[in-house]
Amino acid sequence: MAERRIGEVILDIKNISLAFGGVKALTDISFDVREHEIRAIIGPNGAGKSSMLNCINGVYQPQQGSINFRGQTFSHMNSRQVAKMGFARTFQSLALFKGMSVLDNIMTGRNLKMKCNLFRQALRWGAAEREEIEQRAYVERIIDFLEIQPYRKTPVGRLPYGLQKRVDLGRALAMEPSVLLLDEPMAGMNVEEKQDMCRFVLDVNDEYGTTIVLIEHDMSVVMDISDRVVVLDYGKKIGDGTPAEVRANPDVISAYLGTSH
Amino acid sequence: MQKTFPRLMLEHASARPDAPALREKEYGIWQSLSWSALATLVRELACGLAQAGLQRGQHIVVVAENRPRLSAVMLAAQSLGAIPVPLYQDAAANEYIFPINNADIALAVVEDQEQVDKMIELRESCPQISRIWYDDPRGLRNYDTPGLASLDVLVEAGRAYNAQHPRFFDEQVALGQSSDVAAMFFTSGTTGNPKGVVHTHFTLIDRARAGAKFDKLGPAEEVLAYLPPAWIGQNIFSYAQWLACGYVVNCPESASTVTIDLKEIGPTYYFAPPRVFEGLLTTVMIRMEDAGRFKKWLFRNCMDLARRVGPALMDGKPVGPGDKLLYGLGNLCIYGPLRNSLGMSRVRVAYTAGEAIGPDLFTFYRSIGINLKQLYGSTETAVFVCLQPDNEAKADSVGVPIDGVEIRLADNGEILVKSPGLLKEYYKNPTATAEVLTADGWYHTGDAGFLDAGGHLKIIDRAKDVGRLIGGEHDGAMFAPKYVENKLKFFPFIKEAVAFGDKRERACAFVNIDMEAVGNWAEKRNLPYAGYTDLAQKAEVYDLVRDCIEKVNADLAADTLLAGSQIHRFLILHKELDADDGELTRTRKVKRGFIGQRYQLLVDALYGGRSSQFIETPVSFEDGRKGTVSADLKIMDVKVFPAVDKAA
Repeated sequence: MAERRIGEVILDIKNISLAFGGVKALTDISFDVREHEIRAIIGPNGAGKSSMLNCINGVYQPQQGSINFRGQTFSHMNSRQVAKMGFARTFQSLALFKGMSVLDNIMTGRNLKMKCNLFRQALRWGAAEREEIEQRAYVERIIDFLEIQPYRKTPVGRLPYGLQKRVDLGRALAMEPSVLLLDEPMAGMNVEEKQDMCRFVLDVNDEYGTTIVLIEHDMSVVMDISDRVVVLDYGKKIGDGTPAEVRANPDVISAYLGTSH
Repeated sequence: MQKTFPRLMLEHASARPDAPALREKEYGIWQSLSWSALATLVRELACGLAQAGLQRGQHIVVVAENRPRLSAVMLAAQSLGAIPVPLYQDAAANEYIFPINNADIALAVVEDQEQVDKMIELRESCPQISRIWYDDPRGLRNYDTPGLASLDVLVEAGRAYNAQHPRFFDEQVALGQSSDVAAMFFTSGTTGNPKGVVHTHFTLIDRARAGAKFDKLGPAEEVLAYLPPAWIGQNIFSYAQWLACGYVVNCPESASTVTIDLKEIGPTYYFAPPRVFEGLLTTVMIRMEDAGRFKKWLFRNCMDLARRVGPALMDGKPVGPGDKLLYGLGNLCIYGPLRNSLGMSRVRVAYTAGEAIGPDLFTFYRSIGINLKQLYGSTETAVFVCLQPDNEAKADSVGVPIDGVEIRLADNGEILVKSPGLLKEYYKNPTATAEVLTADGWYHTGDAGFLDAGGHLKIIDRAKDVGRLIGGEHDGAMFAPKYVENKLKFFPFIKEAVAFGDKRERACAFVNIDMEAVGNWAEKRNLPYAGYTDLAQKAEVYDLVRDCIEKVNADLAADTLLAGSQIHRFLILHKELDADDGELTRTRKVKRGFIGQRYQLLVDALYGGRSSQFIETPVSFEDGRKGTVSADLKIMDVKVFPAVDKAA
């Protein structure tokens, strides 16, 4: 199989520090993400992985440091603006609309693409109907891609957890992101579901050329699918490099396995 | 003019260019392909294939689910006088080696990445494969295998060729004769290499038409194509009869959406093997278990009435006015909605075949107003030999010989058939051909059976499987393993059974429980279990299965001929029999001989009087990995009954 073309640095995170009162969640973190790559952030519980992701997509505002995205530098991000710039994310604790169907859940991901006002949308009037059909067509391609056709009309709350995760990914994909932030996409899954999810993450990266930043607990998953890995521990960066390099890094080994003092 | 499939297709295209020929659900919408669009697609594909080197008389392999473009590929190959060979898409790669090498196949059209991977895997064993085209490009973008291309590329190339040589396609179609070979189907074969069954345009079209005439099928039928195209039945229902009648064939969105798609399409002509009907009934029954008390009461009463009145109504027999009225009410509240939820509201003719169908199951469908019938035939006979007329459907017979068919019984009870639809030959295998096809045109079916008083054919078993008991109480009595296994399998708790007894004093059996039915049963009784192996060895489950076997024994005892076939001892296997382990054929028939050898230890334990036996078995998983399953299997005795003297 041919190698994926990994491009230039598109996201450059410099010296980010984030504190909640006296608790230092992140201290002086810097790393970059290249176009089309799968970049993993790993670390033990409480290492600051989710905080890092939340800084990138503007949920948290770091006290220090800057984030450069495609040539623009920000001291902090704004979540709506981030979405417009082509970021999408999935959630560790699923944030789907449980009572709505799979189709409707993924349709919500197209919200930013809809131009008609609420009134027209409610009445499905003229342009609103055309728009709805266009957006539905895009969503159907995602449903096909994620192989969830049998559940199109099923309320999300009735699906098993692994499938709900897939719907969550579908909704993020509906935003046509250029960067996808995945917060523990494999957490709580069984082996088979994990394999499926790995395949979908790789396929998204391959078919859509999406850059992927993922947080993951499961080391074997990370080592298998990511191009480069950054390792956090107690809010500090302790390793950065290819999976092989990270695996050989003594600091990483001690953070994961513990050391005798 | 002689009839060939491409000509039939062109006739429809000129008579009704805009009528839908094929539909496929894609991106949530049913998308139609009209006859004229199909004709254009076939023309372009044929030109493309010709350019790629496909010549008259050569074979091309097709490995795919039902997809409109793949039906078009078959038509395109036939237009050139080439022979499409459909293979089972769920088979492992090494199962393709024999057919591909046997027919010296160089070109392959496959569905998706999974199939492409298998073809690439075969490069070493089948080096002559030079070109592979795929329908679905997903995941294949980075493949740089030489000779691999998308079907779109083939269509493009064909379009360009057709523009330069606009008469090429029509000339090729005109060269076709109805005696030309139309397709080759490899039989699953319980022993040895599979055999390529060669059918001509004439044999397939003749049988397709005979069947259509019998059931008055026309262009208005809707059919859902969901069975493997490599199976001749699927070819008859979704290809031969499709072109003979000009009806619409609908391809489901994916294998997992078939039940949803069935409801949306509402086919009028439907075929399913008994296990599909059984699966549907099981889902209904499981859902009814969870219904409220009133609904359960209504369902029970309506179904009692349906069982009493329904089949008679279906057969056009007189029914009292009170019952008729009640059935009408039942139809309003239960039968109609049930048919609708099964996707069978519009079914005019439904067939089942391939295995014996349980009388309860058969009656259930007929009683709720679905015209379910049985048919008899095989790959070698192009399916249609015997069909049940609308008002003479019975669970224990397979119908009357239809137009053009003659039936005779050999001295050993084997059924011999003469019909215009018989195979031309087994490919490159004159010995096998001579074994089944006599010089004067009789085909040896290998089935033992007889014609009843009403002229209906009844099947007992495979002629070669009918054995003899030796020694003991029933010395010399007939032993019909499949007959016994089928009786066992009619219980919802038993998924598969394998009976042994030939050349032995008495019969014993292996059983596979039905995970869904028994699992549900166990949950209702608060019986915890970890998985199949664990559930199978529960004492409660053994008692459950023993009760089923005792009922079968009582039933068998009522028939002097078969009283000796009663099961004396049984065990529940620690794993489910699986085609991937070679224990079942791809059409899910048990390979009794192979299973007997593989589990020799267990057979010996059954006959050796042991009360348990430890066994470890290697298994192969769907993704090709290997593992082992081991368990200590219990063995249980069953009560047998003295033969009932019919004269008494």
